[in-house]
Amino acid sequence: MDDRKDPIQKLLDGPVSVVNIGLAQFARTLEGEGVAVVQVDWSPPAGGDRRLIDLLDKLGA
Amino acid sequence: MTAGVAATRTRAGFYLDSVALMRISQAVQDIAGVSAASLMMGSPSNKELLRDAGLLDADAEAAGPNDLVIAVRADDGDALRAAFETAEAALRGPAASGRGEAGWNPRSLETGLRALPGANLAIVSVPGDFAAREARRALERGLNVMLFSDNVALAEEVALKTLARGRGLLMMGPDCGTAILAGAPIGFANAVPRGDIGLIAASGTGLQEVACLIARAGGGISHGIGVGGRDLGAAVGGAATLSAIDALDRDGATRRVVLISKPPDPETAKRIADRIAASPKRFTLCCIGMEPMDLPGNARQAATLREAAGDAFAGAGVAEPERTLEAALGRPGRKRGTVRGLFSGGSLCAEAQAVLMSAGIRFFSNVPIPGAGGAESGHRLIDLGADEYTRGRPHPMIEPAVRDRPLAKALADPEVGVVLVDVVVGHGAHEDPAGRLAAVLAAHGREAPVVIASVCGTDEDPQNRSAQVEALRDAGVVVAESNAGAAETAAALLAG
Repeated sequence: MDDRKDPIQKLLDGPVSVVNIGLAQFARTLEGEGVAVVQVDWSPPAGGDRRLIDLLDKLGA
Repeated sequence: MTAGVAATRTRAGFYLDSVALMRISQAVQDIAGVSAASLMMGSPSNKELLRDAGLLDADAEAAGPNDLVIAVRADDGDALRAAFETAEAALRGPAASGRGEAGWNPRSLETGLRALPGANLAIVSVPGDFAAREARRALERGLNVMLFSDNVALAEEVALKTLARGRGLLMMGPDCGTAILAGAPIGFANAVPRGDIGLIAASGTGLQEVACLIARAGGGISHGIGVGGRDLGAAVGGAATLSAIDALDRDGATRRVVLISKPPDPETAKRIADRIAASPKRFTLCCIGMEPMDLPGNARQAATLREAAGDAFAGAGVAEPERTLEAALGRPGRKRGTVRGLFSGGSLCAEAQAVLMSAGIRFFSNVPIPGAGGAESGHRLIDLGADEYTRGRPHPMIEPAVRDRPLAKALADPEVGVVLVDVVVGHGAHEDPAGRLAAVLAAHGREAPVVIASVCGTDEDPQNRSAQVEALRDAGVVVAESNAGAAETAAALLAG
């Protein structure tokens, strides 16, 4: 891997390697195409409580 | 008053993505005796939708964003029971889960990165309220991002794209549904061969149509970079488009570039034109509905997606063959009257408008291109993927049943002489949109108006484009070679 290349160039040079956060069908498609992908089973953080989420972000959690 | 019985069930702490839930909702909705079925997470906006539908009871009202609500209205208790049984069974099934083989997936970006340390792209498709946060976290960890979610505030988009530019990262979206990167289809993308034409698109179906026309003519795509619908607006100022041009400039595999967007903000257009002037590559700009603009010598403007494809790859922009019009004229049923366009692709709707406008036909559209709209001619070109049709419902590319009702209405309308539709296939799209269309057409007699369609896709797509075309032709549909060709055929019928 050539470290002088910027991250976009590295992406376009491939191979694409994906963290998929959300719709699982996107990960299934990529898997079927032989693309490295990890599915993140996301759910709203802090039970979806905005104030709590902002607080977590401020704490760097 | 709505007849029948209604009830809800809530499953606390059971989160499922919206596409999976909408698929289950549709399956429950299709049960005999069920008049409404909705599976949704209990977010405030979703509860509002349930309230509007008269389905929000006290239990559902108490649900939170992490709680799943199943709401059903049915003719009687038996149908109601069947509906809940079907929903519960689907929630237990594999379709409801993206679980890995080990039965466990990471639950955060951080643990995801531990599982795949070399990752170079995050795809984010969580609900809009949370999407910017996840995208920011990914950028901060050095990942390029494709942000599929919509309903992200403009100020957040500007902040994300500023952060990305500062770190030399690609920020595709928000509201970016399609990309093709180094041969990998991301989101709603078609199986196209690799080649030397790079695409930069603020529109998903615009990217798909151009990529497929080039592929079907024998060409190939180096990369298709989505930027999100607002990128070339005044606020964002083309931030992602400029990053994409920089990247394709340096990319050895890319010889020509096609840029697809709505008409940009004038200052942004100038910035893009200046950037293109400094590029050694050839550019084609397709901003449907835009007046001719001043472009440097290495760039050309195209009025339609088909023209853009043809400018980038000879043979991809050929005129619609005569036989399409002949086939339309040879159909039984009505051919005179108004045009009703029912589109699942926003850019395909825009392209059809450009074709009708250049033929001197006035029309109404819910998403008019510049200079169009408001006419009382009776011709209507509707984008069924627009917000007013997709609030709380799946996009018609995912669930073509969304088109059933407006299609049936158009077929039964004695004023309508021509129905114009698009069928979009590829990864992420419904497994058989042509079959769904054919089922609606079968319920209408020979006196129904002529239906003209195009199929955006390739034979390598999971649905196989040729098979979809065949199914449409068997159902009596006239199938054009391109979306522009379908609109031209409709215009020719009106003129005839």
